Order: sequence, then C-alpha cells, then structure tokens
Amino acid sequence: MKEIVVLSGKGGTGKTSIVGAFAYLAKSKVMVDCDVDAADLYLLLQPEHGEEHEFWSGQTAVIDGAKCTHCGLCEQLCRFDAIHDLVVDDASCEGCGFCANVCPAEAITMKENLAGHWFISKTKYGTLVHARLGIAQENSGKLVAMVRQQAKKIAEESGIELIISDGPPGIGCPVISSLSGTDLALLVTEPTLSGQHDLERVIGVCRHFTVPALVCINKFDINDANTRKIEAYCRNQGIDIASKIPYDSKVTEAMIHGKTVMEYNPNGAAQHMEKLWNIIIDRLGG
Amino acid sequence: MIISVASGKGGTGKTLIATSLALSLRNKAQVQLLDCDVEEPNDHIFIRPVIDRTEAVGIPVPVVDEAICTRCGRCAEVCAFNAIAVAGEYVLTFPELCHGCGACSYLCPEKAITEENRETGVIESGKADSIDFTQGRLTVGEAMAPPVIRKVKERTNNDGVAIIDAPPGTSCPVVESVKGSDFCLLVTEPTPFGLNDLKLAVATMKELGIPCGVVLNRAGNGDKNVIDYCESEYIPVLMTVPLDMEIARLYSRGITLAEGIPAWQKEFIGLFDKITEIVDERNRCPER
Repeated sequence: MKEIVVLSGKGGTGKTSIVGAFAYLAKSKVMVDCDVDAADLYLLLQPEHGEEHEFWSGQTAVIDGAKCTHCGLCEQLCRFDAIHDLVVDDASCEGCGFCANVCPAEAITMKENLAGHWFISKTKYGTLVHARLGIAQENSGKLVAMVRQQAKKIAEESGIELIISDGPPGIGCPVISSLSGTDLALLVTEPTLSGQHDLERVIGVCRHFTVPALVCINKFDINDANTRKIEAYCRNQGIDIASKIPYDSKVTEAMIHGKTVMEYNPNGAAQHMEKLWNIIIDRLGG
Repeated sequence: MIISVASGKGGTGKTLIATSLALSLRNKAQVQLLDCDVEEPNDHIFIRPVIDRTEAVGIPVPVVDEAICTRCGRCAEVCAFNAIAVAGEYVLTFPELCHGCGACSYLCPEKAITEENRETGVIESGKADSIDFTQGRLTVGEAMAPPVIRKVKERTNNDGVAIIDAPPGTSCPVVESVKGSDFCLLVTEPTPFGLNDLKLAVATMKELGIPCGVVLNRAGNGDKNVIDYCESEYIPVLMTVPLDMEIARLYSRGITLAEGIPAWQKEFIGLFDKITEIVDERNRCPER
C-alpha cells in the first residue's frame, strides 16, 4: 500500500483544491483529511453522513473546592501557568497531572478530555476519513494519527492500494504526525517570499523524517522571478518540481460551488493537476 | 493593548494584516509586533527587522543519575506523556515526548533526577524602524510549538500596542498565541473554506472570552456567505481588502499592503480606532 501526503508549510497555497482534483482522478483510494484543526476537504467532496466517533485524548485538572485547603502548592508548581487563584484554566492545562500528584489534600483529579470527533464518510470518489478537533483542544497530532490509522484499516480491508492525504499547514506536531512513514510528500508552494521561506522549512522536515518529496509551484505566473528562484533552490536540493500550475480563478469558483476543479472546469489549472497526478502515480509505482 | 491576528484557515492574509497594522501605527503609538507563527514565521520578510538579540529556548527534560536511582518507577508512574520508563535495571528517557512539566524530578523519592534544557527553537528580537519586533522559530523536526510561543509572549510589552501574528488552525498553538489578548482580528476570505474555518476560529475566541472582529480579504470573486454569517452572529466586519493582482504581486515580493500602497495606512489606522472603541466599550461594560 502507498500513502501520499500533500503539505505546504505556508497555508492557503492550494493543498485542498489539489487533493480534490486527485480525488476525482485517482481510481481506487481512501482519502484522509489530516488537517484536523480546519478540515475543508469534505466541502469539495460533499460526503453523505457516515460514521461518527468520539476522540478522547489527554486530561485536564479539576480542583474539588470542598477538599482544597488553599495551600497554593499546585499553583506554585504548575509550569504552564494554568492555575490562578486555585481555578484551573482549561485552555492552559497541559494535562501533565503534576498538581494532582502533589496536592496534599488530594483535592485534584484529572478528567479525560473529549478532544474531538472523527468520521468515516462515503463520497462519490470513495471513502473519506476526516476529523474535527474540539474547540481549543490539544493533541491534534494524536487525532491525525487516528484518522491515518483508520484510513489504512479501511484500505486493507477493502484491498485498496492507495491513500491520499490532505495535510495541515506548518511544520509542527500535526504535520509530523501526517508525514511520518508516508511514501511521498507533495509540497505545494506559491511564488511568494513567504511561500519559498516556508517551503524550505517543510523540505527540512521531509528530510528529517526521510520521506521523499516532490514540489508543485501553484499560481506560478504570479511572480516569474520568484518561481525561478524556487526552481533553482529545488534543483540545488535535488528535489524535482513536478508541476507549475498557472493562476486560474476557476479553482476558487469550483470551491464556491462545492466541486473539485476537475468537475467544474477541466481546462486551465485542472489540466496541470491531471498531469501532476500522472507524475505522482509514476513516482509511487517506482 | 494586545491585538492578535488569527484566521483558522491558513493563507488568508494574517501576515499581510499584522504587518500592515504595525507599520501604519508606528508613528501613532509605541508598536510591538510578535510573530507567534513559530512553525512558519513570515513577518520578518515584510518588515525586515535588524535582529540584535537571539535566545535559545527549549524544554527542561529529565536526566537520571543512575548511581542514585533505585528503579522504583515513580517517575514513570507520574509521567503523563510516557517520556520516562523503567525497564529492569534501565531507566529510559524519551526527551522528544517530554513536555517539561517537572513532575518526575520533583516526585523522585531519591532526588535522582535533574533537568537539562533541550533546545527546540530560538527567539529573535530587534527593531524595524520604531517597531519592536520579536519572533520565534521552532527548530525543523521539532513537534511542540507552544513552549516557543510562550517564550515569544514573555517579551510582550504592555505599555503600547502589541500585535500578535498567530499561526493558522484552532488548536494549542493558536490558543497559546491569542490567550490574554484584548481583541482578536480574524482574517478570512469569502469562500466556503474561509467561512468554515472562520466559524471554528470564532468558536475558539468565544471559548477563550476574547472579543473578535473580521477582516475580509480577497473580496470580489467569492460568495456572500461570510458577510451573512457575520451579520447573524453580530461579529463586526471591520475591514475589507479586495482581490487585487497588484496586492498579490506586492505580497509575493515581500511588500506589505501599507508599504506598497501607502493610502492603505489610513484604513489601518481606522481599523485600529474601531478596535480601540470596541475594547473600551467592553471595558466599561464588562458583562457584555
């Protein structure tokens, strides 16, 4: 089984629109949305309501006011500044349990967090596993690991050989969780100084976790000079540019209509995405 | 006053708005810009600061003195993150899992555990004109952004106007960045993705009790749903930036709106005045 993840470093470079096109183009696959903070792929794939599961992860301290002797030890020892005047700030609590372990009055317990929900949905292009992290919750990396694991299970059970994963922006915990152990990372960038800066960092993460990377420069014609700089940078790094996709307002229009760009307008940017997909298939097959 | 700039969805224009606001206000107030998007900090590209202070930041991780350790296993028992384990006569630590809470060293009955700092990023400070600038950079390959963000925020100057550029999303790095702000500007675009992620960002701000307003970026080729949503939720749309190739091209070259098209500075000053009004009003009637 092969797994490809689409990342970018910088947000808003077009990851989800490109994954939407791949969803249309790939024949047999399971799709997974690893951007559990702000999952958008379902807006393009318009799934029917499927299975919904709770995701319990991490803990939060709770102080029992009746037992608390107001000694203040918890507040003094907490390194996350999560206890003020003997009240726990849920958003700051890291769930380490240090306070509960030291409280001389045994007034602190740790409660499990309902950290989010994950879903298995049917779409016209196949199964989509996605999730919604709870508001202001932690452990997005663990929720990413959960949706990937579920996607893998479904693929195995139905004899599907491919997983296409839409990754989160950034380079931190959920990105690492999306990337580790995949077969190929497609890095979608744009010819802006920010796009290039962020690409360099996400290439570093791919290298760190030894995942081969391919680059796609989206909206490449917005700034030709920057596109050339990115091409030169990638050449120096030994990373192939698999595609240069021109700016096309149809990509946004397709999204507004809740469609993949392949369905909405197969000319323009969509044609480039189709070529890109063929290159990826070749690469995965090798 | 602390104003944070967040978005839910990435790439909606947080950096454009945060840097333009800082540049527009620099002659009116003492301005500080804190880039808390430590995974991908970009503000420096646009305001080109001279960095004069760099500090390594990290997480205090346990070091076990095996000569003193009795292998009692108390450390492993209290660690919520499985970052320390006792296997037979060995004590194993997994520094990359450690959150640095300090429970193991404090609770070790033999006092066999000390802590050492494991570097996970750097904090850089300097000046861009009269703007005080600080950014954090998470080391490539590291997972935990919040400790780096906390260090950036320790440098917040409460006297003037502090502008915090937050990372995308709605999880712990965003919460860490916007916590303690007087106001949060949510930058979005008039698309289904923009709306979906705006709703999540609004829910996050409500949970944290931070008043918010919207900046609608790339207005023009989208739909009306973001505006309708804001109206129905009584969230003020404080500024609209059109979809404009000229703005996109300037941005691609690392030139922010207030610098590339100086007429916008007046708009950003107006935006700041509206925020001040909302915050003052709220301070007068805190129950609202």
